[in-house]
Amino acid sequence: MSNAIQPAGDHEVFEEPVPPMQQLLDNPFLLLFIGIAVPTVLYIVLGVMEIVAIPIAK
Amino acid sequence: MAVNRMFRTCPASGLVFHEPAENLMKANAVAAAVSLLVGGILAIGVTLTRWQAVHMLPPDSFYLFLTAHGLNMLVFWIIFFEMAILYFTSSTLLKCRLAAPGIGWVAFWMMVVGALMNNYAVFRGDSSVMFTAYAPMGAHPTFYLGLILFAVGALISCFVFFATLVVAKSEKTYNGSVPLVTFGAITAAIIAVFTIASGAIILVPTFLWSVGFIDHIDSLVYRTVFWAFGHSSQQINVSAHVAVWYAIAAIVFGAKPLSEKVSRTAFFLYICFLQLASAHHLLADPGLTSNWKIFNTSYAMYLAVLASMVHGLTVPGSIEVAQRQKGYTNGLFEWLRKAPWGNPAFSGMFLSLIGFGFLGGISGVMMGTEQLNLLIHNTLYVPGHFHATVVVGTTLAFMSLTYFLIPVLFRRQMMFAGMAPWQPYVFGLGMMGVSLFLMGAGTLGVPRRHWDIAFAGNPLPYEFPGSAWLMMALAGISSIFAFVGGAMYLAITVGSVFFGKKIETPGFKEISAQQGMVGRPQPAAAPADTTVIAGHQGGVGAGGMCMVAPGTFVLAIVFLVSFVLYYFINWKYLSTVWPLR
Ligand code: HEM
Ligand SMILES: [Cu+2]
Repeated sequence: MSNAIQPAGDHEVFEEPVPPMQQLLDNPFLLLFIGIAVPTVLYIVLGVMEIVAIPIAK
Repeated sequence: MAVNRMFRTCPASGLVFHEPAENLMKANAVAAAVSLLVGGILAIGVTLTRWQAVHMLPPDSFYLFLTAHGLNMLVFWIIFFEMAILYFTSSTLLKCRLAAPGIGWVAFWMMVVGALMNNYAVFRGDSSVMFTAYAPMGAHPTFYLGLILFAVGALISCFVFFATLVVAKSEKTYNGSVPLVTFGAITAAIIAVFTIASGAIILVPTFLWSVGFIDHIDSLVYRTVFWAFGHSSQQINVSAHVAVWYAIAAIVFGAKPLSEKVSRTAFFLYICFLQLASAHHLLADPGLTSNWKIFNTSYAMYLAVLASMVHGLTVPGSIEVAQRQKGYTNGLFEWLRKAPWGNPAFSGMFLSLIGFGFLGGISGVMMGTEQLNLLIHNTLYVPGHFHATVVVGTTLAFMSLTYFLIPVLFRRQMMFAGMAPWQPYVFGLGMMGVSLFLMGAGTLGVPRRHWDIAFAGNPLPYEFPGSAWLMMALAGISSIFAFVGGAMYLAITVGSVFFGKKIETPGFKEISAQQGMVGRPQPAAAPADTTVIAGHQGGVGAGGMCMVAPGTFVLAIVFLVSFVLYYFINWKYLSTVWPLR
């Protein structure tokens, strides 16, 4: 979270930059994207591709 | 539409409740308890049938009861309760108004109607397809429709949760990062979105197939996508009950996480990897390659297991640190001996942690290994494992949270207060027995979902060893304790919520808040608890673990040794299955 949106009246002492990992963890929608994309690709898409590739018995 | 901005501050805990959010939490919690009651009654029929000496139900009813037990417990009880947790961790912990309570109610009623419809289908008698409902085994269309309605309702609730996070951020009801407990709930909600979407992807076509619009559902694709739903929903539970552990450690001990960074990173590992472990359900399926199976189970799953071990250590570690600060510093374990074992919120949570880790965790890693899986595939070992995770772990954690919620959310005094301290032990220990003995029977080869292992009257009989019968009997006896414990829980909660003495607070009123933010509550007694669950502080780094929490460190070593031993014993056992002579 950037300092600009912290409530006024908060006594800021230091203007430390927020570490990138914390920025990621503070962003629920980015996390939501990761949490859907990773299993969709690695589990569902790769899994279904393997099933579809099975030759049909004649 | 006017926005309801009425809040109340709980005088006991200092927590801030938004009126519409509070009502939604109550409604969801009550629906959860009703499902638990139904599922519990059905469990009696299931268990007393599998206990061969009793063998209560005829086959049709056995499979009907088993189907309804699985659905009411695993799906309805747990998910209704989780919706209450999502509202609590967003609105209450962030001191924020709930976004769109009206939509929350629509979601709630969809879930209620869905649950009723699904139960209707099962009790008709033509839908005893188990909760897995593997195509091409078909159920009545209302079976799928009910599940779909329920799932979509739950999905909508998740979006109300996410919208509340947005409101809290824009109305600045908190500073910096959300509290750790809320972060755990975010993890649960993210996994829920993936879970429910997968459920829709597979259940909608299956529904269309059941009414005849589609003529074929590929059974392997069904199983693959179904488990993205069926297994990931267990991971919603894990994330939610871990969040509950942290909350209870904070509430009961004022414990602060040892390291916010480490705990949050562990939740992040859940978000990335936990759902992939769904592949462990398909380890014996043909068609999928070992590459896919081993990548998803072994590799990805171990990262998620690592995260669970982090939580399993930091929660007792933080309790140990808090207790040591209170002066319980003698020896390795004084902090644990002097813990409030008579407080059901604590004892339930601690039994949940131990049972989940030692019984559920270790067995889960064993059965998630492709080679070892075939020792126990489709045996009673599987229900044994998941009754340790989802019953001792999740259900008991939710029960212990209820003890905190009765005075705080429902504003009632606890009924049967003398019985409550016993409930977690009766239920938890009974259920640990059920899990262990089912696993024992499974190791001896007893199949799951099987009406009669005596094979009476069958042309090709098979004789299980006497020890297997003994295991089934011991599981039956333990389950009687578990039923009693479950009944105690329902008596206490239903009694307190509907008939308990109201807690009156003189001069109580709901306060309207500008911009959705309530003025910081200033109750007379300092609300030590809330500032801890709703706040966050950096703690000692995890590296200092063995110094600051030596007792927990020893427990961790005991855990690891049991883990490694059990794992290798199973490899040894595997080597004897088809000996080379
Ligand atoms: C008093 C408590 C309980 C007892 C004694 C009990 C006992 C059992 C038994 C004996 C089985 C049957 C295994 C088989 O024949 O395959 C079973 C299945 C199951 N139980 Fe429970 N259970 C209890 C509570 C719960 C709870 C709280 C949950 C979930 C939160 C749960 C979820 C399930 C599921 C998902 C199945 C599998 C159904 C299937 O194979 O389709 N149970 N239970
Ligand atoms: Cu699973």
